[in-house]
Amino acid sequence: MSLEVRIRRTLRDFSLETAFTTSDGVLGILGASGCGKSMTLRCIAGVETPDEGRIVLNGRVLFDSAAGVNLPPRQRRVGYLFQSYALFPHMTVEENIACALGWEKDRKKRAGTIASLVGRFRLEGLEKRYPGQLSGGQQQRVALARILAYEPEALLLDEPFSALDAHLKEKLQLELLELLRGYAGDAVMVTHSRDEAYRLCGRLLIMEHGRPVSEGDTHELFRNPGTLTAARLTGCKNLCPARKIGEDLVEVPGWGVRFKVVPPVPDDLAYVGIRAHDFHPARPGAENAMRVEVCERVESPFEWYILFRNADGGEGEALWWKFSKQLAGKGDAEYLSVAPESILLLRDAFGEHGLNG
Amino acid sequence: MDLSPILISMKTAALSIFITFFLGVFAARLVAGMRREHLKMVLDGILTLPLVLPPTVAGFFLLYIFGVKRPIGRFFIEYFSVKIAFSWGATVLAAVAVSFPLMYRSARGAFEQVDQDLVCAARTIGMSERAIFWRVVMPLAAPGVASGGVLAFARGLGEFGATAMIAGNIAGKTRTLPLAIYSAVAAGDMAGAYDYVAIIVMISLLAVISMNWFASRESRYRRKGAKR
Repeated sequence: MSLEVRIRRTLRDFSLETAFTTSDGVLGILGASGCGKSMTLRCIAGVETPDEGRIVLNGRVLFDSAAGVNLPPRQRRVGYLFQSYALFPHMTVEENIACALGWEKDRKKRAGTIASLVGRFRLEGLEKRYPGQLSGGQQQRVALARILAYEPEALLLDEPFSALDAHLKEKLQLELLELLRGYAGDAVMVTHSRDEAYRLCGRLLIMEHGRPVSEGDTHELFRNPGTLTAARLTGCKNLCPARKIGEDLVEVPGWGVRFKVVPPVPDDLAYVGIRAHDFHPARPGAENAMRVEVCERVESPFEWYILFRNADGGEGEALWWKFSKQLAGKGDAEYLSVAPESILLLRDAFGEHGLNG
Repeated sequence: MDLSPILISMKTAALSIFITFFLGVFAARLVAGMRREHLKMVLDGILTLPLVLPPTVAGFFLLYIFGVKRPIGRFFIEYFSVKIAFSWGATVLAAVAVSFPLMYRSARGAFEQVDQDLVCAARTIGMSERAIFWRVVMPLAAPGVASGGVLAFARGLGEFGATAMIAGNIAGKTRTLPLAIYSAVAAGDMAGAYDYVAIIVMISLLAVISMNWFASRESRYRRKGAKR
C-alpha cells in the first residue's frame, strides 16, 4: 500500500510544491491555514489539476503530467472527507450512501451494503433522516459511510474535526482512530491542530507557504522539530534567534543567556525553542538557569501560565512557563532552568536567518 | 370580443417556454461549467444580449436571419417548404429569442449557487457527470430554475416588438394579445383593449405570484430539518 505524490501548482499568492510518499498508516499534513495543504488533497482526489507532477496510488498512475495521464476523480478510487462533509442536503442518509453505490447494479446487494454500513457507523434509525436533522458527529459518520461505500484505496481527510464543537472532538477522534486502524488502505489527513496530528498520525509532513519543511515520525518530530516552522506548528511557545558559540553551547541574546545544549549543534543554527512546560524551578547558579522577573500570570482551568523575563538581561520577547496547578505554590520560583536535552535546536527552512544571516 | 389573440398568445407562450426552458438550462449548464473566464464572459454577453437590446432590434436581427430573401430563410423555404417570417412559428421564434436570456440567467445563477464541494464530493464517490447534474445540481437549483421559467413565460407572453418585426400583425394568425391591444387602441376601440389588458394583467400577476411562491417554497429537507 503506498501513495506517491509529487506536485507543483501555482496558487494566487504562492506556488505549491510538495512531494511525499505514504507507507502503511496515516500521514498527517500539518500547516497553518492557507499553506496549500487542502489543495494538496484536492489534487490527489482529482478535483483540482496540478500544473505538473505525478501521483501514483498502489502502482496505479492517477496523474502524470509528463505522460499526459489525468484520471477523472470517479476513476481514482480515492475517498475524500470534506471539511464540511459535503452531504447532499436533499437526500436522506440512505440515499446519500446509495449515491456511492452506482457501480452495484444488483438492488438487493446494494441494500445489503447500505444496511451493513449503517450498522458499522451506528446510524440505525437515522436512515430516513436528512443531513440537516443530524448532529455534527452523525454527519461525519454518514460522510465516512458514503466514502467507504465506494471502496476507496486511499482516504483523504480534510480538517475532519474543524466543523465540530470542542466537546465532541475528542470522542470523534477516538472513533476515527478506530476506523483508520481497521482500514486497509493509506490515509492522508490535513490539519492545523497539533493535538489531532499527534493523536491520529503516525507520520507527519509539516508545510509552510506551499513547501514541505519537515517530515518524519510524529513522536520524533515533536521531540526534535528541527526547523523553526515545525517547532512553531508543534506548539513550541518560546522561540528566539540564537547562534552557535561552541560544540555544546549556544548564545541567545534576546533572552540574555547562554545555554548548554546536547551536541551536535548545527552550524546553520538559527533559533532555539523551549516548550513552556520544560522550565523547572532551580537554585541560583544551576545549569541553564535564569533569574525570573514575572511580567504576567494567566490562569487556565488546570494550569498556570507565567509570562517572565530574564532579570539579568535580554531585550527579546518574554517567555512562557506553564505548570500544572497540582504543583501549586511553585509559581513564585526565583530561578528557572531548562535541561540541555529540552532545548530545541532549530534551523530555518526559509531565509529568516536568525543571527547568522 | 375576438378570442383568437388569446388563443394565439397562449399557444405561443406555451410552446416557447417549452423550448426556452431546455435551451436556457442547457446554455446555463454549459456556461456555468466553463473554466476559461474570458470566453465565459464573452459568451455570457452574447446570450444575454436579447434581454438588453430593444425588442425591435432583436426582431430586426431575426428578420435579417430568417427573412424570405436571406440564406437561412430561403433554405427553409426551398428544402422544407416552410416560410418562417410572418407565420405563427415566427411568434414563437420571437418569444423564444426574447425570453431566453431570462431563463438562462436565472438557471445559471441557481447552478452557481450550488455548493461546489457537493459536486466535487459526488465526483469522488464515482457519480457520472450526468447523474451529478440530474440528482445533485438540478434538485438543489430547482427553486431558482423554476422561478426563471415563470419569468421567461411571462416575458414570452408579453412579447411585442420582436413579434411585430418578424411575425407581423396578421389577425387570426400572428396577432397575439399585446398586438391586439395595440391594434384596438390604434383603431380607437378602447373598450376592446380593456378586455385584453385585463387578461394580460391577470396572467402576469399570477405569474409573479407563482414565482414568489417557488422562490420562497421551503424544500422538504429544509422544512423538516430541525437544526441549522
